Amino acid sequence: MFVFLLRRLVQAFVVMIIISVISFAIQNKLGDPVLQHVSMTVAPAERAQIRQDLGLNDNLVVQYWRFAKKAIHGDLGTSYYYKEPVLDVIFKKLPATFELAFCAIVMVAFIAIPCGILAAIKPKNIISRLVVALSTMGISIPIFIVAIFLVYIFSIQLHLAPSFGRGQTTDVFGLWESGLFSKDGLRHLMLPSISLAFALMPIFVRLIRAEMIEVLQSDYIRFAWSKGLNTRRIYFIHALKNTMLPVITVGGIQAGTLVAYTILTESIFQWPGMGFLFMDAVSRVDTPLISAYLIVVGGIFVVTNTVVDLIYGLVNPTVKLANHGL
Amino acid sequence: MFISVLDHLKITPKRLFPSTAVLFIVTLFCCQTASAVTLKMAFDADPVSLDPHEQLSEGTLQFSHMVFDPLVRWKQNGQIEPRLATHWQQITPTTTRFFLRKNVRFQTGNQFTAEDVAYTIRRLKRSADFRAMFDNISSVIVINKHTVDIRSSHTNPLLLNIMTYVFPMDKVFYQGRDQIVKFGNSFASKHASGTGPYIVKEREPGVRMVLTRNKDYWDTKSKGNVDKIILTPIKNDSTRLAALLSGDVDFISPVSPIDIERTKNSKGVQIMTLPTGRILLLHMNEKRRKEFRDVRVRRAINLAINQPLIVEKILKGYAVPAGQLSASKFLGHVKGLQPEHDVSKALELMKQAGYEKGFRISMMAPNNRYMNDDKVAQAIAAMLGRIHITVDLKTLPKAQYFQQYDERAADIMMLGWQSDTEDSNNLYEFIIACQDAESGLGAYNASEYCAPSINTDIKLANRETNPEKRARIMQRIEVKLHDDAAIVPLYWQYNIWAAKNNLHIDRIVNDQNHPFLGDLVIDEK
Repeated sequence: MFVFLLRRLVQAFVVMIIISVISFAIQNKLGDPVLQHVSMTVAPAERAQIRQDLGLNDNLVVQYWRFAKKAIHGDLGTSYYYKEPVLDVIFKKLPATFELAFCAIVMVAFIAIPCGILAAIKPKNIISRLVVALSTMGISIPIFIVAIFLVYIFSIQLHLAPSFGRGQTTDVFGLWESGLFSKDGLRHLMLPSISLAFALMPIFVRLIRAEMIEVLQSDYIRFAWSKGLNTRRIYFIHALKNTMLPVITVGGIQAGTLVAYTILTESIFQWPGMGFLFMDAVSRVDTPLISAYLIVVGGIFVVTNTVVDLIYGLVNPTVKLANHGL
Repeated sequence: MFISVLDHLKITPKRLFPSTAVLFIVTLFCCQTASAVTLKMAFDADPVSLDPHEQLSEGTLQFSHMVFDPLVRWKQNGQIEPRLATHWQQITPTTTRFFLRKNVRFQTGNQFTAEDVAYTIRRLKRSADFRAMFDNISSVIVINKHTVDIRSSHTNPLLLNIMTYVFPMDKVFYQGRDQIVKFGNSFASKHASGTGPYIVKEREPGVRMVLTRNKDYWDTKSKGNVDKIILTPIKNDSTRLAALLSGDVDFISPVSPIDIERTKNSKGVQIMTLPTGRILLLHMNEKRRKEFRDVRVRRAINLAINQPLIVEKILKGYAVPAGQLSASKFLGHVKGLQPEHDVSKALELMKQAGYEKGFRISMMAPNNRYMNDDKVAQAIAAMLGRIHITVDLKTLPKAQYFQQYDERAADIMMLGWQSDTEDSNNLYEFIIACQDAESGLGAYNASEYCAPSINTDIKLANRETNPEKRARIMQRIEVKLHDDAAIVPLYWQYNIWAAKNNLHIDRIVNDQNHPFLGDLVIDEK
């Protein structure tokens, strides 16, 4: 276990270094930060001077070296727009994204798992058919169409939910600005988390259904039937547990999709989280913030996948962590 | 993130007490009957900083009109209106005396005086973004507490236009900690004290800003009744509109032209539009392409492009087709110069120039800077196809586009320009003057067209104070540009706002897009 975690730590470190190099290499293609921060009427000579002062004219290796030296002390730079250390800016927005993702994941877990199981156990049932049909549709409809549709129905026509923003937040232990504890916060969470869940749901429904069907045909399940075990025990203890293994793996990989979808969802709903921050940073050419976001997301990826592997060990005791993966 | 002006005040609790007590009693009596009027608004950008001199941008100026007051400001009809300067008088050809409003206080409680005006103009001359505009002003002399002389280095016909950018800052409050920092923190970027109708209460950059009414605002004649403003920047056009239609906000800008019909048909929502002087144009790069050095080719391109059709089909009529740079309210406007469209004549000119078979060019345009810019660019590419010019079009987000623009990366490039001074000469200086990196002249001249006579005329127009003579000089530039077909003017864009019906926005918007929210009246339902 210890060796495993140590390896993962090294892996996270390498991933972050690679990401930082890549984010530096693409910097010049993103646009000129100076142009974003001065008026169009500022003379070219003056702009050149600002570039020079910011050190943007140095060659990339020099710039990277300067960045790396500071990064070792935990300073990834200062955002051009927010004028604060980039990590502070990102971590301030983390709760919003985390809560959004959390609600979506809860929704996926409570809807996708029962639906997938139902579709596998009773394939002829009308509800199962509907679920399978809907999941096919869900995979093929882009998230922004779903989101715009939801806004149109629930905000503009029915006035049931607000169309943008996070609403009122409450301070939890002075660490966390949470929207989960007020009615207004929850109302604001509704549409974004539903659209995010809608994007993630279909793949899980289909995966659980397919896995479950396969497991139900395996020898040990047949043996269980012939042994006369009760139905519920066979379905929900013996079959489901083995069905979940690949689902957990895919879940870990889907964390990436989740990050990508939060960027979309947050931009559509003006949700003040990390994804929205990133889109904003790109449009403002806030390069320190862009690099830091990519590095942090890289870190989150490694952490999620480590957690997934740990859960894997819990669900299936035969898996030996130290030999598993890098 | 809370910003409290009080933290930086030297107000002792004793001095605060009477006013809080009065406030308390007033609220006791009033609260049952009148509730606070809150304005929730969503624009496409928010100010990058609380420092009015950090960036010359629409967001900053909108903010300045809320928290500060200008010496003078533009009215909707294009006239100048006194604000902190009550009247003025020219005493020598290069000196103008401004008489300042008395009994005005900053939000800190400090008295507003001539010292603050002198201080502010000196600070403007230190700002990278504003410096060029205030270059002409050589000195500011305080005559007495409420009188100030502004001296220019030469006669200055646009002095008043420039004074719309002077938002006096509280000298006592800022002095000693007033660095203008673009890429980092500064006192002024986080704290503000102006004389304006609103006080910043809370600001989370990029997310929201909350302002409350300045109870001691000097302009007691203003009918404005908004007590609190919540400003949310929403970049995405459809999210912004949805926020209005769902009732989550009261006032938005801009609105995409394709959404206007739908918005008009929604219940309880009004649309307000105003024509502006923002010109959209194309530059044909004569350095990159020898074909463009031939005036016949440039004329053919001008003839091939059908401006009225673009305005009608793509902008749904919310623009004015342009045959020159100056909009009709500008002095340089020449009545007769209308956009011409004649494909057969264009083909004839191409033939005469020896390009009967046409040629291939590159073109770049932004895709999120101006209203429907990418669609307009596509339409233009198609129109040029009809005179056998094949266009390789590339559209880019504005962040990348203007970097390419600086590098003059394509044969044809699109540009939009709003005159900072509400005057034609600003257009000529930036768009068409011969390039000079030091002074910034011709900084956006991507055609590399250079006519020395135009440069001379620009200089003349900068000093000529007789409006008729000045108009003649600038019209001469306009005619010369037309004769040389130096550029392709496209259209002047509209500003578009939408709001709930109970907001009287029609009285407070203007073509600079700095709504005077201090004067906004909201009917309570």
